[in-house]
Amino acid sequence: MSATPVLQVRGLKKHFPVTKGFLWKKVVGWVQAVDGVDFSIRQGKTLAIVGESGCGKTTTAKLVLCLEQPSAGEVLADGKNVHALAGDALRDYRTTVQAVFQDPWSSLNPRMRVRDIVAEPLVVNRKFPEREIEERVEDAMSRVGLRRQQANLYPHEFSGGQRQRIAVASALVSKPKLIILDEPVSALDVSIRAQIMNLLVDLQQQYDVSYLLIAHHLATTRYMANEVAVMYLGKIVEKAPTRELFGNPLHPYTKALFSAALPSHPDITHEEIILKGEVPSPINPPSGCRFHPRCPFAKAECSVAVPIEKEMAAGHVVACHLYS
Amino acid sequence: MARQIGEVILEVEDLHTYCFTRFGTVKAVDGVSFNLRQGEALAIVGESGSGKTMTALSLLQLQPRPAARIVKGSIRLEGEDLLQKTEEQMREIRGKRISMILQDPQTSLNPVFTVGNQLIEAIRNHHAGETGRSLVRRAIEGLKQVRVAAPERRVEDYPHQISGGMKQRVVGAIAISCEPKVIIADEPTTSLDVTIQAQYLRLLREIQEETNLALIFITHDFGIVAKMCDRVVVMYAGRHVESGPVRDIFNHPSHPYTQALLRSVPSMDEDVKRLYSIEGQPPALWDLPSGCRFAARCEYAQERCSSEYPPSFTVGLNGSTHSASCWRLREST
Ligand SMILES: Nc1ncnc2c1ncn2[C@@H]1O[C@H](COP(=O)(O)OP(=O)(O)OP(=O)(O)O)[C@@H](O)[C@H]1O
Ligand SMILES: Nc1ncnc2c1ncn2[C@@H]1O[C@H](COP(=O)(O)OP(=O)(O)OP(=O)(O)O)[C@@H](O)[C@H]1O
Ligand code: SF4
Ligand SMILES: [Mg+2]
Ligand SMILES: [Mg+2]
Repeated sequence: MSATPVLQVRGLKKHFPVTKGFLWKKVVGWVQAVDGVDFSIRQGKTLAIVGESGCGKTTTAKLVLCLEQPSAGEVLADGKNVHALAGDALRDYRTTVQAVFQDPWSSLNPRMRVRDIVAEPLVVNRKFPEREIEERVEDAMSRVGLRRQQANLYPHEFSGGQRQRIAVASALVSKPKLIILDEPVSALDVSIRAQIMNLLVDLQQQYDVSYLLIAHHLATTRYMANEVAVMYLGKIVEKAPTRELFGNPLHPYTKALFSAALPSHPDITHEEIILKGEVPSPINPPSGCRFHPRCPFAKAECSVAVPIEKEMAAGHVVACHLYS
Repeated sequence: MARQIGEVILEVEDLHTYCFTRFGTVKAVDGVSFNLRQGEALAIVGESGSGKTMTALSLLQLQPRPAARIVKGSIRLEGEDLLQKTEEQMREIRGKRISMILQDPQTSLNPVFTVGNQLIEAIRNHHAGETGRSLVRRAIEGLKQVRVAAPERRVEDYPHQISGGMKQRVVGAIAISCEPKVIIADEPTTSLDVTIQAQYLRLLREIQEETNLALIFITHDFGIVAKMCDRVVVMYAGRHVESGPVRDIFNHPSHPYTQALLRSVPSMDEDVKRLYSIEGQPPALWDLPSGCRFAARCEYAQERCSSEYPPSFTVGLNGSTHSASCWRLREST
């Protein structure tokens, strides 16, 4: 449990302007995509973020990758605020944090050969000699189960599962400390998902790399993560070690999410909490607890006051008025 | 539960649908049989490309023509042989007696018409003589039935103005608007969020209880099977390889492919040490082996498996409706 964090996120916010008008764009509101998120990721471990579409998972990932600037808060790596980095320091940070995205069909450049796709994180860094690049590419490809002869092929010559292997090889080649996995298997066929999940688990053990796993499929999370954070409308509402969370979910949203998940056997019936309505828009989200309009347990104060995080067991925090 | 499983209403026997292409004959459906009873929910599962959608399309004779043709087999709806029907008769049957919810809700609604217009279009044929206001009223009724809030306003919306979950409900409303006996839902929830999916599945179940219709779920998600279905047909490379009551399939999967598939999905309910992964790929549908199609990937394969296609063996006691096509079952019976 005591492994040092490779990444710390504090009070992170990202608000996107909503504009109106054609020539003179007027800001008429803000999408509170990420609104005050804290977490840290330990070396060699996996933190999963789960939550419904639009709750801010990918935006969080982009902030960590420095693809977006935060509206507030910070992302710290080795104690340094990564959004303040520039030049060589920024390039170095970028080689230590890599990503694999959901869609193996569109995430790879169709005009690049597999060798060049895999090598890209090293080339971008500008520090690696040709020889070393070649060796590392070969090594990364063999680790993900691709053959050397396949290095000259183009992405369209591969199946979905193989493309995801290419993406993983490319993410590994710079020996990063952290890989962000944004829905890495959800676009793949069932029988191939297991191959990729097992591959990721094995590589983590070999390289001691950390993962930030974004998934909406809870069973995937249970299989891969050490710790899980549940997000709702830009905020983390509950966070706990995986076993603890699945065994003892506390937040009403977490409970609803778990109860909505499909069972693994016909005889398993989860207590059904079917939520009313749909996820509200992150533009002008509900007051107080953002979940209160859909929450079956909401009390008067829920629509007024924002609930504060409380630690209920070791590492198990929840933000809900039922527990304060 | 109000649902009552009744008479067999759909019988599919030895269905073969081939696609004739420049590259050769793609045997997309190559021997599929199953029965469906009133009020029952049947799952068709199998990996991508195994012929699930083509099977469903064939039932309605909507297989992509002219490439795809039903070359063999029979499809009986309430005793009537659908393959003997004319195109005009089939048009009557589609929607009215069997309807289909397509894999992708985005493509099944026309972006240039309002939700109301599309519902009315579906209802019109079946309420000949009715016009204007009474059709609008029926459309609103239809949206109410799929629990759409404020249906009077929703009928005026265009598809892009409503969420994915709502779209799927509208597609559902269209499918049930003519009170069919059978609905085929092809991956109806893959694009939905977990909680919205749960709402939608609950809705389908309620409609099924109200109307006692028979449902075919096409899916590759065993979670949907576990939650919603009474019986399961497992398909592999164009054929059904195992079928039976849902509990038998989960408790005693008997085809090695079914076993492997079940072991390869992580569980939400317990810790799994390591997932089983099925190596290799299914055979090409234009160049199928003569023996068991799973043989090349099967850890139990024997010589016979790759030379002779296994017949279907009954699993369990006499009278059991659980069966699988695997040579290993011969030794155990
Ligand atoms: N560049 C942008 N400009 C304006 N709004 C944005 C932008 N990027 C994301 N958003 C909005 O921010 C919210 C969070 O989006 P995000 O992509 O992070 O969600 P997500 O949790 O990854 O969802 P999904 O599960 O669908 O991938 C959404 O409401 C989205 O519409
Ligand atoms: N018009 C066509 N011409 C030739 N082959 C076709 C045509 N349409 C489908 N096929 C082939 O028929 C086979 C069965 O396809 P089908 O769509 O039924 O699979 P599926 O089981 O529904 O898969 P998925 O889970 O991906 O939806 C596939 O191998 C597909 O490539
Ligand atoms: S704070 Fe209130 S509204 Fe929010 S989840 Fe807890 S009980 Fe429900
Ligand atoms: Mg996303
Ligand atoms: Mg299909």
